[in-house]
Amino acid sequence: MFNSLFLVELGYAFMGAGIGAGIAALGAGVGIGRIGGSAVESIARQPSESGKIQTAMLIAAAFIEGVALFAVVVCLLISFKA
Amino acid sequence: MMGRYRNKFSIIGLIIFLFFSFSTFAEEHKAEGEHEIVEGEKGEFNPGEMITHHIMDSHEWHFATIGHHHYSIPLPVILYSNTNGLVVFSSSQFHNENHSYGNYHLDHATEKIHSSNHEECLYDISITKNVASLLLSALLLVVIFISIGNAYKKDAARAPKGIQSFFEPIIIFIRDDVARNIIGEKHYKKYLPYLLTVFFFIWFNNMLGLIPGGANLTGNIAVTMTLAVITFLITSFSGNKYYWGHIFNTPGVPFVLKFLIVPIEIVGLFTKPFSLMVRLFANITAGHIIILSLLGLIFIFENVFASLISLPFAIFMSFLELFVALLQAYIFTLLSAMYFSAAVEEHEHNGHDVDKALMM
Repeated sequence: MFNSLFLVELGYAFMGAGIGAGIAALGAGVGIGRIGGSAVESIARQPSESGKIQTAMLIAAAFIEGVALFAVVVCLLISFKA
Repeated sequence: MMGRYRNKFSIIGLIIFLFFSFSTFAEEHKAEGEHEIVEGEKGEFNPGEMITHHIMDSHEWHFATIGHHHYSIPLPVILYSNTNGLVVFSSSQFHNENHSYGNYHLDHATEKIHSSNHEECLYDISITKNVASLLLSALLLVVIFISIGNAYKKDAARAPKGIQSFFEPIIIFIRDDVARNIIGEKHYKKYLPYLLTVFFFIWFNNMLGLIPGGANLTGNIAVTMTLAVITFLITSFSGNKYYWGHIFNTPGVPFVLKFLIVPIEIVGLFTKPFSLMVRLFANITAGHIIILSLLGLIFIFENVFASLISLPFAIFMSFLELFVALLQAYIFTLLSAMYFSAAVEEHEHNGHDVDKALMM
């Protein structure tokens, strides 16, 4: 009985890791999508500034991806330790 | 002119070639389940184990597995134990039935060396794959940048040629757009050597990790932790009184709120280098895991037509990883420069600016 309880919690741990990684991907997608959208819009408004806007977009995207990857690292830890 | 640069690269190649002696051998042992992947068709393909093996550090530098032959270079194992002193041997001594040599047993799942003697306390200071890659990339950096510096020293006004012409725009970019813009004219020169070093170090190591058979050095959290700690130390030691004042005695905040703000600022002091560490580690490791998973899909389906789908994805992800290599190096450098600028920022508090303007 004890064994099956432990296995159930193990299943929950893996499920949690998977769902967590999915939510992290979702968050990153939404964030970077919004940055990309506003960057493209502002390039359309002022094409001469496109270099600066592109640089700023890439830097902001890297930060958001960093945050999403924090969550991925946590999920990886769960799935390898569980 | 080109002959000089060709000589330098041939010297590097020669050193690398002579320094290691190639040894090929066929794996005879069969551990419980851990090495089934390397047995080829004898065991099932375990993708998790394959990925972990490629990401993690290891005591031998494994290049390729062709059929049943493993082409790898066994690296020296250097252990310091309190009973036996310094013990040095080649990790090829571990290639026997139970992965042990004398007292020492290598656990393949975690790549850690344990001693069967319980009173023996081991300090593992071996040259592992990551250490060897670190030494090689340090050598590469030294050779490249000393040659650039020499070319500049000999004739500063001459138009750059060769390696110098490739790196000089990048160095100028870091100096102008990162250091000078962010830290300011007064102080940027002090931090420029560190910023340049960290940028090229991270970039070169990211790139070296992407070539097949390369070591995943910046995906090792100890390495990124060291870089983040160095940034943290430089920031702390160059903080002026405004910097510490902002942390411990935030100006413009009512007294009661200070009890809330000051702990947050102190925690923020540590989370910034921590985020530097995790960002670099996670980006590089995640990139490697994605490419390895895509290629592992071919082996999971055991069908060559799966490669029609996974290969283009893997190639696209590899290009993205090349870009991420540069971007992460740039982000680390940019953020370090921002932390340095926050540390050395001097501003007069509200009253004095007006006085100066009046006195003009």
